[in-house]
Amino acid sequence: MGFDEAIKNMTKVLLKEALCTKLPEDVESALKKALEKEESEVAKSQLEAILKNIKLARETEKPMCQDTGIHIFFVRIGSEMKIDLGTIEGAIKKGVTEATAEIPLRPNAVHPLTRKNPGTNIGENMPYIYYEVLPEKDYVEITVFPKGAGSENMTTFQMLVPAQGKKGIKKFIIEWIAEKAKNACPPGVVGIGIGGTSDVAMKIAKEALLRPIGSRNSDLEISALEDEMLKAINSLGVGPMGLGGKTTMLDMHIEYAYTHTACLPVAINLQCWAGRQATGRIYQDGKVEFIRR
Amino acid sequence: MDAKLTIPVKEEDIRKLKLGDIVYLTGVAYTARDEAHMKMLEEGCPVDLDGGVIFHCGPIMKKIDDKWEVVAAGPTTSSRMNTLQPKVIEKFKVRGIIGKGGMDRDTLESMKEHGCAYFAITGGAAVLAAEGIERVDGVYWLDLGMPEALWACRLKNFGPLVVAMDTNGNSIYADVDKKVQEKLPIIEKELGLIE
Repeated sequence: MGFDEAIKNMTKVLLKEALCTKLPEDVESALKKALEKEESEVAKSQLEAILKNIKLARETEKPMCQDTGIHIFFVRIGSEMKIDLGTIEGAIKKGVTEATAEIPLRPNAVHPLTRKNPGTNIGENMPYIYYEVLPEKDYVEITVFPKGAGSENMTTFQMLVPAQGKKGIKKFIIEWIAEKAKNACPPGVVGIGIGGTSDVAMKIAKEALLRPIGSRNSDLEISALEDEMLKAINSLGVGPMGLGGKTTMLDMHIEYAYTHTACLPVAINLQCWAGRQATGRIYQDGKVEFIRR
Repeated sequence: MDAKLTIPVKEEDIRKLKLGDIVYLTGVAYTARDEAHMKMLEEGCPVDLDGGVIFHCGPIMKKIDDKWEVVAAGPTTSSRMNTLQPKVIEKFKVRGIIGKGGMDRDTLESMKEHGCAYFAITGGAAVLAAEGIERVDGVYWLDLGMPEALWACRLKNFGPLVVAMDTNGNSIYADVDKKVQEKLPIIEKELGLIE
């Protein structure tokens, strides 16, 4: 089997696992904990339906949500891999096309102006692939991150000024969540990107969503902000599906980048309860393994 | 109160429903999102929606031997249809909307005036929802693409659905929003944002 065939097969397996059978364990267990905390019948009923649905999807191998997302890939290439890198994009696109027909997935990718839907989830710049190089590694790591529109539509960005500082960041986040969380199929995860430039902030906000529930940024200043804001968000009372309750978000992850001395970019990207993602590695010798990124 | 309703639904039965009631629906409901709402206001609707129920949903359907089968069918974000919904309710005499996240004040007013209720179903719980769809009776406007087409879904005891906006002008979302807005300044004070 050629490398491109291995990438295509890996793409299909990852899509199936992410969308149907393997919601990360940390997400499911956080949802179970949230159910234990809720007191209102309506809030409980929403979490019970979510958990029952996750189980059903696993058993029937059907997509847990009809919005199987728009497909974002993170490909990390080990510098020791001796392969034709030019084949990766084509192989991923082939995998997405086949998975769309076979699982099946909902054809979500449309032209942004004509809204024409080719029915394959393939089009200009879609699926979108972020590439990264991993020094001294002998594998290619692929993460599929299908993003549904319910949560993606509740994304925002602001260029704050440095004088607004930490207070400005907190205000931006809490007011956005208070208004928008109900439409993002809560309880999910808040991904925040602080610093860099506008594009960098947006990208790291999305990458923040890939972190396991309960993980904290290694920078203590940042992790303290994660804890403080998660507590504040869950005091709002938006609750599961915006119907009121104690858990509005399962977690809050912040990533940061050094920024221009005159800038303070802040990006907010939300994740619905279905924190679907899957990661696999293909080694130089052909071995394949699946990991929690 | 738990209620079992059959589509087409009578106005008087919809008007009996109160916020927080649990409803199970049986009969044919039609999926419609942004594109279908726009199209039915421009061109009219290919199906009779009098007493009918619209499901804000872009399902995954699979064609097996010339027949469509539902794979997954959870709700989509209803607020995207806010500007279109009041006109659709009035023009086609729709009695029920199934969706997630709730709708705005104008829609709530229209529901009160014309006798329509909003049924919340758990967002993302698409395999569970599909279990309440007995079969697919047909599809209209498939040229809009699978998610945006008008799918005729024969429901059987579809639920539990929560009455989240009723015909008395009440809305769970408005109630939750009000509490959130009252809580916000207290939280902002705790975060050190206001004196």
